[in-house]
Amino acid sequence: MAKITLDNLAHSYLPNPASEDDYALKELNHDWDDGAAYALLGSSGCGKSTLLNIISGLLQPSQGRILFDGRDVTHAPTAARNIAQVFQFPVVYDTMTVRDNLAFPLRNRGRDEAYIAQRVQEIARMIGMEEMLNKKARGLTADAKQKISLGRGMVRKDVNALLFDEPLTVIDPHMKWELRTQLKKLHHDFGHTMIYVTHDQTEALTFADKVVVMYDGRVVQIGTPEELFERPEHTFVGYFIGSPGMNVIPARIDGNKAYVNGAFVELSQSYRPLSGKVEIGVRPEYARLSQTEGLPVKVRRVEDVGRHKIIRAEFFGNDINIIADEGEHISADMNRVSFDAGHVNVYANDWRVQGEAA
Amino acid sequence: MEKTVNQKAWFLVLPVLLLVAFSAVIPLMTVVNYSVQDTFGNNQFFWAGLDWFREMLSSDRMWNALGRQLAFSGIILAIEVPLGIFVALNMPKSGFWASLCLVLMSLPLLIPWNVVGTIWQIFGRVDIGLLGYTLDAMGVSYNYTQDTLAAWITIVTMDVWHWTSLVALLAYAGLKSIPDAYYQAAKIDQASRWKVFRFIELPKMMGVLMIAILLRFMDSFMIYTEPFVVTGGGPGNATTLLSIDLVKMALGQFDLGPAAAFSIMYFLVILLISWVFYTVMTNLDRKGA
Repeated sequence: MAKITLDNLAHSYLPNPASEDDYALKELNHDWDDGAAYALLGSSGCGKSTLLNIISGLLQPSQGRILFDGRDVTHAPTAARNIAQVFQFPVVYDTMTVRDNLAFPLRNRGRDEAYIAQRVQEIARMIGMEEMLNKKARGLTADAKQKISLGRGMVRKDVNALLFDEPLTVIDPHMKWELRTQLKKLHHDFGHTMIYVTHDQTEALTFADKVVVMYDGRVVQIGTPEELFERPEHTFVGYFIGSPGMNVIPARIDGNKAYVNGAFVELSQSYRPLSGKVEIGVRPEYARLSQTEGLPVKVRRVEDVGRHKIIRAEFFGNDINIIADEGEHISADMNRVSFDAGHVNVYANDWRVQGEAA
Repeated sequence: MEKTVNQKAWFLVLPVLLLVAFSAVIPLMTVVNYSVQDTFGNNQFFWAGLDWFREMLSSDRMWNALGRQLAFSGIILAIEVPLGIFVALNMPKSGFWASLCLVLMSLPLLIPWNVVGTIWQIFGRVDIGLLGYTLDAMGVSYNYTQDTLAAWITIVTMDVWHWTSLVALLAYAGLKSIPDAYYQAAKIDQASRWKVFRFIELPKMMGVLMIAILLRFMDSFMIYTEPFVVTGGGPGNATTLLSIDLVKMALGQFDLGPAAAFSIMYFLVILLISWVFYTVMTNLDRKGA
C-alpha cells in the first residue's frame, strides 16, 4: 500500500510531440492517497487507460515522475512496482485450471504452497468459483473468465495499488452490481489504494470515495460524487455526470444577473466582467416548469422515465432539459422555466468561475 | 418442418461428382486395377489377387525406403517447427522491418522445387559450389555424392532452408493474434519469459502450428523433386525416399503391379498417420476444454 504521486506527468504516443494536442495525457500533478478508492471517469479516448498504464509501468511517460511513497519508480519495471491490474477484456491462461490461474501471480513470486492454497480458496469464495477450481479456464464463459482476471488481481495482499481498467464491461448487469460490492468490501477490509477506470458514471459514483474526471487528456475535476454534481468545475463534468447532463446556455454576465437574449436569470453571487465564451450551467434537477414563473420556454417533448419526467424544451434557441417529479402534472400551457439561483454556475471558456457574495 | 422432396436436385450435384470422378476416383481405380494384375507385355493382363501386396510387404526394399522416409520427415519436423517458432518470436512486430522480413522469408517458398534442387546441387559441389568448395578448402571432408552423412545433411538443410519460412509465417500469424493485454497481464503477474511462451504464446499458436505440422509432414512424406535433383537417391540407396523408389519401380523398371501395390500402401500410410495425428490433437484440444 502506498501513496502514489504524479509529478509533472505527461505522455504523448508521438516521438516528438510539438503542441499540446499531441499529448494523450496532458501535464498532471496529483497525489493518490494511500488506501483511498478512486474512480477515473471519462469518455473513451480521454487518456484514462494511458494514465493507468503509466502508473502500472506498462508505459513510460514522456515527461514527469511517478513516486510511490516518495520513491521514484518512473523507470522501474512493472514487476518492481508490485501493482495488480485488471484489464477490460478477460485475460486467462487457457491451458491452466482456474486454480492455477489464481495461484499464478503468487507462484511467480515464490510464495509457499500452503499459503497459496489458502489464498486461492479465499479468492475463489469471493468471486463465487469454488466449484470450478479444477476446471480448465478455456471453456468458461466471458464473465467467468473476467472473474478469474479479477481474482488474479486480488490474490496478492501486499500490492501497492489495485488498478481496474473498465473491468466489468463484459459482465452482465446483475453480476456487475455484485462484483462491484465485492470490490468495495475488499477495499474496506484491506484498505488497498484502488483506481477504477470507467466511463459509466453510476459505476464511478458507487465505487469511489473520490472521482477523477478526465476530459481530452486532462484531469478536469477531482471530487466526491456530491461535489461533481453540485459544482462541476468544467462544463464537461456537468454534461458527463447526471442523467440527463447539465444544461449549458450561452449568456452575458453582469454583476449578479445572467442575460440570455435580453432576458435575465438571477444568480446568487456577483461576478466580475468575464471575457471569452461565457455560459451558465444549470442541472435539470434545478430547473422548474410552470405557467407563470420565469422565462418563456417551448416544450418539445415529455419523457416519463418512471421515477421522474424529463421535459425536453427550447430556451431561446438552446436545447434544455428539465426534470419534474413523477406526480407533477405537465399541462400544455406551462411555458415558463425558472432556475434555482443557488444552483446556477457560471463558466468562462468551459471552466467554472467563482463569484463573490452579492 | 416438412422437407421438400425434389429428385431433380440430384442433377445439381452431378458436375461435382463428374469432376471428382475424373480427377480422383478414376485415376485411383486404375492404380487399384494394376495392383491386382500381372502383365507380360502385349497388353495382356492376368489376375494376380493380393500377390503384389504380399510381395511388397515382404520386400526389404520398401521397408528400407519407408524407414528412410520416416527418418527424413521426423528430422525436418524436429528442426523446422522449433526453428520456425524461434524465428517468429524474434521477428519485429510491426513497421517496415516486419514487412521486409515477411517478404524475404516468403522468397524460398516461391522457388520451384526443381530449381531449389538445382541451387543446392550446385551450391554443394566440391569443384564449383560455394559451400562444397569452401568446406573442402577448410579441410572438412564433404561430398554428398559419395558420403551418406553428407548427402543427408545436404537434403535436410535444403528442406529446412526451403520450408522453415512456412512454419515461421504461420507461427507469426498466430503470435500476431494475441492481444497486448495478455502480455501486460503477464508482466503484472510477474511471469518469466519462459512462462509467457509456455502459457500464452504456445497455447495461442497451437491451432496454426497444428496446420504447419500437418502440411510439413504430408509434404515431406511425398517429397520427390528436390532430393532427386541433388542426389538422385544416392549414394547407393542412402537418400532413396519413398516416392523416389516408387518412380524407379514404376517408370524405371516398369513393374506396374508391384508399383501400384506400393502406391496404394504409400497412400494408406499417409492417410493413417495424418488421421492419427489429427485425432490425437483434436482429442487433446477437447480434453483441455
